[in-house]
Amino acid sequence: MTTLAELMKDAPFFAGLRTETLELVAGCGSNVQFEPGALIFREGEQADIFYLLRHGSVSIEAYASTSGPLVIETLEAGDVLGWSWLFEPHRWHFDAHALTGVRATAFDGACLRAKCDADPALGYELVSRFAQTLIERLQWTRLRLLDVYGHVGRS
Amino acid sequence: MSAGPELAAPASGAMVPQPFRVRSRRRETSDTWTLTLEPLVGAPISPGPGQFTMVYAFGVGEIPISVSGAHDGLLVHTVRAVGAVSAAIASARQGAVLGVRGPFGTTWPVHDAVGHDVLVIAGGVGLAPLRTAVQALERTRQDYGEVTLLYGGRSPGDLLFRRELESLRRRGKLSVDVTVDAARPDWAGKVGVVPKLIDAAHFDPATVIALVCGPEVMMHFSVTALRERGVASEQIYLSMERNMRCAVGHCGHCQLGPTLVCRDGAVYSYDTLEPLMGVREL
Repeated sequence: MTTLAELMKDAPFFAGLRTETLELVAGCGSNVQFEPGALIFREGEQADIFYLLRHGSVSIEAYASTSGPLVIETLEAGDVLGWSWLFEPHRWHFDAHALTGVRATAFDGACLRAKCDADPALGYELVSRFAQTLIERLQWTRLRLLDVYGHVGRS
Repeated sequence: MSAGPELAAPASGAMVPQPFRVRSRRRETSDTWTLTLEPLVGAPISPGPGQFTMVYAFGVGEIPISVSGAHDGLLVHTVRAVGAVSAAIASARQGAVLGVRGPFGTTWPVHDAVGHDVLVIAGGVGLAPLRTAVQALERTRQDYGEVTLLYGGRSPGDLLFRRELESLRRRGKLSVDVTVDAARPDWAGKVGVVPKLIDAAHFDPATVIALVCGPEVMMHFSVTALRERGVASEQIYLSMERNMRCAVGHCGHCQLGPTLVCRDGAVYSYDTLEPLMGVREL
């Protein structure tokens, strides 16, 4: 039977982590599934978890009472969903829905924060990887802010 | 690698517009239309994938427009109405007559890509100049390795050729991945940027041929993502836009460094463009 740590090591987010570190993180994880359309989390609720998506896709949505829900990002297998568990005030900033059937590994934020407090090297490793994810998504967001498709083209 | 933009023979009478009648007109998006044109005199023209023609709205003006289709002697252009001339062309009704010069420019290296994986990357109306390349790749699908089309747009309503994309996906000969900048929850596709699709696409970076067309900023980030995957400059081809006027390399309006886009492009190998794209205000 494949262990959680073995599943994790193939994900880009955990690439290069030593086996013992993977097992330490895996100790806070469990496998979960969501049906298509299921709400994974809602803006403003307590954020004490993050997900490594292993199958399926998830939408990140903003909601405005005047215009309704707007999908601002979709995430796929291999992506990490949720970083609010790591930073105060540990509240979700957006809604997340399963667009398809989703299989994921859910990591307990409180469990991980306790392990990071006890082991700063683990804390540094995780924060570095989340920072990389944040930078990537920030760059993609900046690219979208340019509204490149609105520019005049030859055609 | 021997691949390179493929040079086509210049058209005869390249400075004299030939009359073409609008046979049909189809709305693609709120501001973009596809026109099918038939020649009224002379032989039909046979543009290669990636070439453009100069289309003249009589009494208004002339602009370069990429060829988005060519079949049975007909010429297909997809036009976004962004200025006076393009608006006049886009609004030309069935039966109206437009002037056409060309075709001009280099073509996508679909022949040189035989035996390779091919990654087609389009943004916005940039899918139009790639459409004939995609059609050619699908027609001779067995000649290539993995063939993938990645397409990004502002919103689902701004995507070109949506039905065709769905058909293409259903036929399953090519992998098709579409993303938009933002969408309502009823959009079943992806939301995000094209470079993210590149990160997840299946291809051999050592041999893939990448054909890229879209807004220059989008092409810049796409090239960065390709380079990060290990794709060499000479394996990447971009279609460039500049102010093309004469289209035959005389007037110099479309100069890009030591090249003229109308003559040496619009399709360039990125190893030619790399030193030029780093120069500001060029």
